[in-house]
Amino acid sequence: MGMLIWIVCLLAAVSQQQRAPSEQITLLPSQDGKASAVIITTAGIDTVLDQPYQTAAIDSKGATVSAGNGTEVGNRYASTLTAMPQRAAVFTLYFVTDTDTLVPESAERLADVKAQLASRPAPEIIVIGHTDTVAKQDYNDQLSLRRAATVKRILVEVGIDADRIAVQGRGERELLVPTADGVDEPRNRRVEIRVR
Amino acid sequence: MRHLKTAVAAVAAIFALGGACAAELPAGMVKTTKGAASIERAGKQTPASAGAALMASDRVVTGADGSVGITLRDETLLAVGPNSNVWLEKYAFDPTSHEGVLNATVKRGTLGVISGKLSKQSPGAVQFRTPTSILGVRGTEFVIDVKDGE
Repeated sequence: MGMLIWIVCLLAAVSQQQRAPSEQITLLPSQDGKASAVIITTAGIDTVLDQPYQTAAIDSKGATVSAGNGTEVGNRYASTLTAMPQRAAVFTLYFVTDTDTLVPESAERLADVKAQLASRPAPEIIVIGHTDTVAKQDYNDQLSLRRAATVKRILVEVGIDADRIAVQGRGERELLVPTADGVDEPRNRRVEIRVR
Repeated sequence: MRHLKTAVAAVAAIFALGGACAAELPAGMVKTTKGAASIERAGKQTPASAGAALMASDRVVTGADGSVGITLRDETLLAVGPNSNVWLEKYAFDPTSHEGVLNATVKRGTLGVISGKLSKQSPGAVQFRTPTSILGVRGTEFVIDVKDGE
C-alpha cells in the first residue's frame, strides 16, 4: 500500500513537471518603433524581453525565453487584442499671438475633432494646455489651464457636450520645441486636444 | 478660541472630503466589451458596458466568450481577454506632473497592455504582476497569459 502511494506521488510529480508552462509573457512591437522592454522578475531572477514577439515561458523553475513571430502571436491572442481600445487621436491648436483666437488652420481642425468624437465608443475629450518657458512654473501651470479652458469653451460653442470635456494644464513640462528657461517660443504656446 | 478650533476642524473636514473625492476619481473607462464581462467592486459584480468607470481596486472578470477594453486616465490601454480575472490593485495619476502609480495583477487569463504616460514619466511606478512574477515596463506593449490561475 505504501509502495502504491509512493508510485502515485511520483507519477503526479512527473506529470506536473511535463505540463506546459503556466504563464507566458510576450513582447509586442511598440507602435512608435522605439526600443522597449519588459523586465520579468521570477523568484528573484530577472528575465528581459527586448525583441518583438519574444516570449518568456514561466513555470515553477523560472523563465525560458524563445523567439516568436507576429502571425503566430497575433493568432494566439486575437480574441484579447481585438478588445484593445483605439489610441487617442491628437490635435494641436495654436493661437494668434496674445489672443484667444485660433489661427485659421487650427479652427479648421474642429470638424476633425467632431468626426473623431462621432466615430468612437464612449468618447472622452481631454484638453491639455502648454506654455513656453517664459515666467515661473506656478504661473505657467495656471496659464496652461486657462488656455485649455478657452479651448473647452470653443468646443462647447461648436456643439460638443461640456460634460465630455476635461481640461488639464501641463505648464512648461512638455515643450514641443525644447528651449532653455525664459525663451519666448510660439510653438510651445499650444493646446492639445486628445479624443479617446 | 473655541470658535477658532471649530473653524479649523471644519476646514480640515472640507479638505478631508476634497481628498476623498479626488481619491474616487475613476482610474479609467471601459471602451469595448464583448460577451460575458463584468466589473467586480467590493464583492459586487456589474456588467462592464462601454462608458462604465473602472476604479482603483476593481477587478475585471470575463467568461469564455468575454473581453473588455479599457483606457486608463494616463492613456495606458488594457485589453482583458476571455476567461480572465484582472485586479487593478492601485491606481493614481496626476495629469499635471504625470506622477502616480499603477499596480495590476493578472490572476487568470490574458491581458494585453499598451503603456501610457505614467510609465513614460516614472517607469518604476508601473508594475504588472502574475501569480509567479513581477513585470517592470520600459515604454512598451505586451501580453500576459496566465493559464491556470484562480
